[in-house]
Amino acid sequence: MAAIELSDVRKTYPGGFEAVKGISLPIRDGEFVVLVGPSGCGKSTLLRMIAGLERITSGTVKIANRVVNNLEPMQRDIAMVFQNYALYPHMTVFQNLAYGLKNRGMAKSEIDIRVDEVARILEIEPYLARKPRALSGGQRQRVAMGRAIVREPAAFLFDEPLSNLDAKLRIQMRGEIKQLQKRLGTTSVYVTHDQLEAMTLADRLVVLNTGEIEQIGTPLDIYRRPATTFVAAFIGSPAMNLVKAHRRSGAAVFGDASLPMADDIASGMEVTVGVRPEDLTVAGTKDALRLTLKIAYVEELGATRLVHGTVDGQNLVASVPVDCPLGETLEVHAEPSALHFFDPQTGRRLN
Amino acid sequence: MVENRPWLNIFSHIVLILGVLTVAFPVYLAFIASTHGPDDFMSGVMPVLPGPHLIDNYWQMLSQGVSTSGAPPLWRMMFNSLVMALMIAVGKIAISILSAFAMVYFRFPLRGVAFWLIFITLMLPVEVRIMPTFKVVADLHLLNSYAGLSIPLIASATATFLFRQFFLTVPDELTEASRVDGATPMMFFRDILLPLSRTNIAALFVILFIYGWNQYLWPLLITTDPQYYTVVMGIKRMADVADAIPQWNVVMATVILAMLPPVVVVVAMQRLFVKGLVETEK
Ligand SMILES: Nc1ncnc2c1ncn2[C@@H]1O[C@H](COP(=O)(O)OP(=O)(O)OP(=O)(O)O)[C@@H](O)[C@H]1O
Ligand SMILES: [Mg+2]
Repeated sequence: MAAIELSDVRKTYPGGFEAVKGISLPIRDGEFVVLVGPSGCGKSTLLRMIAGLERITSGTVKIANRVVNNLEPMQRDIAMVFQNYALYPHMTVFQNLAYGLKNRGMAKSEIDIRVDEVARILEIEPYLARKPRALSGGQRQRVAMGRAIVREPAAFLFDEPLSNLDAKLRIQMRGEIKQLQKRLGTTSVYVTHDQLEAMTLADRLVVLNTGEIEQIGTPLDIYRRPATTFVAAFIGSPAMNLVKAHRRSGAAVFGDASLPMADDIASGMEVTVGVRPEDLTVAGTKDALRLTLKIAYVEELGATRLVHGTVDGQNLVASVPVDCPLGETLEVHAEPSALHFFDPQTGRRLN
Repeated sequence: MVENRPWLNIFSHIVLILGVLTVAFPVYLAFIASTHGPDDFMSGVMPVLPGPHLIDNYWQMLSQGVSTSGAPPLWRMMFNSLVMALMIAVGKIAISILSAFAMVYFRFPLRGVAFWLIFITLMLPVEVRIMPTFKVVADLHLLNSYAGLSIPLIASATATFLFRQFFLTVPDELTEASRVDGATPMMFFRDILLPLSRTNIAALFVILFIYGWNQYLWPLLITTDPQYYTVVMGIKRMADVADAIPQWNVVMATVILAMLPPVVVVVAMQRLFVKGLVETEK
């Protein structure tokens, strides 16, 4: 168990492409940090630099207060779970789990004890004698987890370990990973592009975009106060509505609604206003801002219903209860406290 | 494909049977010839039914050989062939799998040059470079030795390329997982690449063993000492006697015996080969 510290870590691939542009991130001992971002934003690259599978162009990576830049993965005392599991196909499950221990020169009797223990935790005992190809995807996933756990490393690194599973199994394994990590208390860095997975797993969420950190915070913080329009659009499903509004003194005007907004927070004539679909409610207080949504189409989700429509020519989505009556238009309300203001040029949060 | 066309079925069987006959008939004739006495071929007509001399012929070959052609007893030539074929097959596999490992998994200076050098040798079979190779072997005093018989034939690129192609299909994650598991490159080679290449090795062994066994020109050139004659060139010497009629019965006995080891290798390795294929396929 150990803290991990990244300071100004950069990666430039041969050919000059800068995949990671100076990331500093302290990770506390026992913390579960999730790196999330769209495809190609450098998540895997960053994780692989921590693992020691990718050379670090500049900056330092410390694990347990030791600079590990030039150490082999094994010496860094980490374990990694790969997206396609990367189990050794010619070895049995037992041998897969034991291989790393054997390479460390552990005694056979001790290896047996450790593997049995982990197999019990992960409920893969019945499969110990099988080869990986005789396992289902979910079972392989467990074995891959087992191979990481059995080494009792200082940190777990996960690179999209659930993306090859079907939706239901993914949710189940997500819960198991979370519980297991809590129980073992091992520092973990988890990479995913699935924002829901990120929200549910993370103690702390790191949103990456084009090799840079957009925002760091607890999942709720990030959900409630996204720092940029990028984060606002990326975290949360359905995505936050972002619309353009014009500035007037003390207000931002959007359609026929006027949103109260302090004058001093921005300079330009325009402002980007964000509001989450679930914050557009059918009923509202008297302070609430009223919008008339011209309905384009409706998606039924069972528990709620997503109404897609336009206000003043800009697209908006509202998440409303299924019993709410629908016509040509829908009157929705947004509380002033639920509004997010962003600078349209920089995308930074204003309020 | 499920098809039920009786005529097509019959036709394809006829083609197959003809094919089998074309291959099998000469072998049959060779066997029949090896069961007759030395005088049964004078008439110029090949007998098609077995004769009574089966045991005599084979015993003569195995124990004494044909003294007039200066060849040693057959078992000696068979042994030489076996040593040569095994050295070539094992040597080629060992060298090519290691060089493919180096080429695929390591970045080193002049890697591109090494790659192209190997690639170029692909286009130069033994026969093309036989004079310079002979000179080198002669200068190294390797004429009339097992080393001289096999080493020059070990160096070639085909197997290297086959292994390279195979290694390129092994997922990078396996390499990375083994690094995380603390395996050094040679441990990765031994514990993961070698077992995964098992079927490729078996297939190559079959091909290379037969290639080595059937070598003719090279052993003919560099062996003058009968102790190092191989069976394939021995057959040639026996059939090619100067002023006498070749003893076809014993020549054919030799042919039949010379065929056996490759057949054994194919049959034995095929099992392993198919088993491997089935296992990875699932
Ligand atoms: N070996 C390489 N050489 C050059 N560029 C690379 C190399 N590997 C990755 N890249 C580039 O670096 C960027 C980040 O890649 P990375 O694999 O970290 O993305 P990612 O965030 O993990 O994406 P995904 O969610 O699709 O896995 C990509 O634009 C990719 O094209
Ligand atoms: Mg990735």
